Amino acid sequence: MALPNLASASGRKTAAKSANRPGSNDFTGRNSLDFNKDEDLHAYREMLLIRRFEEKAGQLYGMGFIGGFCHLYIGQEAVVVGMQMSQKDGDQVITAYRDHGHMLAAGMSARGVMAELTGRRGGYSKGKGGSMHMFSKEKNFYGGHGIVGAQVSLGTGLAFANKYRGNDNVSVAYFGDGAANQGQVYESFNMAALWKLPIVYIVENNRYAMGTSTSRATAQSNYSLRGSGFGIPGMQVDGMDVRAVKAAADEALEHCRTGNGPIILEMLTYRYRGHSMSDPAKYRSKDEVQKMRSEHDPIEQVRKRLLDKGWASEDELKGIDKDIRDIVSDSSDFAQADPEPDVSELYTDILL
Amino acid sequence: MPIDILMPALSPTMEEGTLSKWLKNEGDKVTSGDVIAEIETDKATMEVEAVDEGVIGKLLVAAGTENVKVNTKIAILLTEGETADSMSSGETAEKPATPAADAPKADADTPAATSDAAGGKARQSADEPSAAADSKVPAQPKMEVLADPDIPAGTEMVMTTVREALRDAMAEEMRRDENVFVMGEEVAEYQGAYKITQGLLQEFGARRVVDTPITEHGFAGVGVGAAMSGLKPIVEFMTFNFAMQAIDQIINSAAKTLYMSGGQMGAPIVFRGPNGAAARVGAQHSQDFSAWYSQIPGLKVVMPYTAADAKGLLKAAIRDPNPVVFLENEILYGQSFEVPKLDDFVLPIGKARIHKTGKDVTIVSFGIGMTYAVKAIAELEKEGIDVELIDLRTIRPMDLPTVIESVKKTGRLVTVEEGYPQNSVGTEIATRVMQQAFDYLDAPVLTVAGKDVPMPYAANLEKLALPNVGEVVQAVKTVCYK
Repeated sequence: MALPNLASASGRKTAAKSANRPGSNDFTGRNSLDFNKDEDLHAYREMLLIRRFEEKAGQLYGMGFIGGFCHLYIGQEAVVVGMQMSQKDGDQVITAYRDHGHMLAAGMSARGVMAELTGRRGGYSKGKGGSMHMFSKEKNFYGGHGIVGAQVSLGTGLAFANKYRGNDNVSVAYFGDGAANQGQVYESFNMAALWKLPIVYIVENNRYAMGTSTSRATAQSNYSLRGSGFGIPGMQVDGMDVRAVKAAADEALEHCRTGNGPIILEMLTYRYRGHSMSDPAKYRSKDEVQKMRSEHDPIEQVRKRLLDKGWASEDELKGIDKDIRDIVSDSSDFAQADPEPDVSELYTDILL
Repeated sequence: MPIDILMPALSPTMEEGTLSKWLKNEGDKVTSGDVIAEIETDKATMEVEAVDEGVIGKLLVAAGTENVKVNTKIAILLTEGETADSMSSGETAEKPATPAADAPKADADTPAATSDAAGGKARQSADEPSAAADSKVPAQPKMEVLADPDIPAGTEMVMTTVREALRDAMAEEMRRDENVFVMGEEVAEYQGAYKITQGLLQEFGARRVVDTPITEHGFAGVGVGAAMSGLKPIVEFMTFNFAMQAIDQIINSAAKTLYMSGGQMGAPIVFRGPNGAAARVGAQHSQDFSAWYSQIPGLKVVMPYTAADAKGLLKAAIRDPNPVVFLENEILYGQSFEVPKLDDFVLPIGKARIHKTGKDVTIVSFGIGMTYAVKAIAELEKEGIDVELIDLRTIRPMDLPTVIESVKKTGRLVTVEEGYPQNSVGTEIATRVMQQAFDYLDAPVLTVAGKDVPMPYAANLEKLALPNVGEVVQAVKTVCYK
């Protein structure tokens, strides 16, 4: 199986240069990849929150508290956490339906997200959106979209609005390797490049679009090159290493903020769980999953670093783990106890 | 034989134009390809090239002449060896050469009659039936149009085309609100594919009048994204046929986000452009989407007929915090109506307008469907049937109370639209009136609609595929048991 070799990209960015894209990319990975203690501790907490939250969501799904579709982000945590560490206030985030991690990283409350998963009135969408459709105007999180690829055009519209208003905010639009084959993605690339819109396109390449591996779905599996026809620079990034993500994000956001137009970051990442809760993942071997978990786990990497550098003791990390578990338990308790929306909500929020 | 140079049709819907300038004089030699004149249509100024070689014998239509009908002789070209004497003395009259003049007359009352003005250049504007249409129907029926109660009595009215009314509405709202911008194909430099955005680029600049690539799906999504962040985009589709490429963004993103976000964010956006059949453009360019969009909760769907409604409702649509699908019609663009001269004329979305009061039967229509209804009423009056005509104006939310009030009075209802008959707006009205006003009905509700076929290209078949005045007249008589 022709899988991208993450080991070769580990710890550094690879500039995605291409002969047919002269001069469009000079990203060389020159930024420092080292995190200081605070950054590593922050990343650890944030990623752990997502991991534990998703584990709990999986559990609640199994118990019947969460219905419908539920797509877990376990394994990909470093991508959103690294990006968020580089963003500034007012930068917008938009993604598809594997969105719980993006929301937690954006600072949305675990209670509000979990209660939405259980379809309760305290959820971010009052229980009317569900796992795939959540939003927070306050946190500049624009969803949570269930149609593969649609969020890419919408995110481009957010970037258009930034340019229209003349601010220096950047839109960060996430999509998967599956969505990267949708036509509107390229319609969006074209307009973003044409109008120099401030947007970072993030391809979360977790190697599988549902059950179809990238090698079976695309003629060009280097997604960082997908903007080359429009002159959009791209980088392949080790999406399992939060430091690499943060460094790429720094460079990409600066590129957009200073009026250079869009940029693509291909995050080489991996989802440990199935596409959704009902996916038995027969399309890949258990060994493949196990290898990623044991050799590239984004949280383990930080944990090991914190211990190696003496920035945290085992006990201190256990304390963090406990804090996180408390937050998640609280959100779970809330999401189960919170009442369902009032029946009158059926007919509200259709029109203003 | 001298060659007649005829007034050319320069667009699918052009019926007449202004001969703005001659570039050749009598006696000038021309060869094929020479530009001989400039003609101004309602959409653009076009150059006319000579097809044949010769000497201009006579210019029959003076420069600057307006409303020159298509196929009118505008000049005579003398070929080799001919002199001015070759021209017969009667060649100076400005008379349209109608190719269909000898075609058998069709009876518009009889849908089965297939013979018609085959070869006619363009579909006739619905208010100007072709010579071959039922001669019983007056070309421009006089009707006492009921004053819109939303227009203050005594307001000065100005004759305005639907095209100008739409442009004025956008310009006024763009002056009023910095967040309003218009985007779409050819809206800026080209001045609008149908000239609706004429002058907006000059007044508001390229930041707010944005030419897009041909990329409906993408720019509809860009518009919705911009709207979610609080801007107020007007997204023009060159026609709504092309919006099918973008329908996912219109429905899944624009219409549903407010609900899915628990009311946190929606999309204050207007999707507008010509909808429905134009003329002779075939199946893929001739579809009425009013019923489609009207099924979607979270959308408002507006479809005006008059210029006043076009203006007042487009202004309302732009201000509306919800996504509005605003369905225009190419045939109506050039038609003139009275528009109130008011500084800020905004009409309520979701409110029907009683176009004419009557006591015997109610017709409900909207958009270009109104043109058939208006002509049918003139015909029915002669037979002593007094029709109440309701212009729905907004398809969603639908002003059913106004329809039901009328049905309570008349007991009879006919709906008229150009769209396909199955699951049409008319069948929806019929269902709801049956459910909510059954006891008031003295006859089954009849629905007049387009035929259940893709739009054909051939002129005679196209005419048959559309509803016609005769069908409306017949339906009204049927519900009146006459």
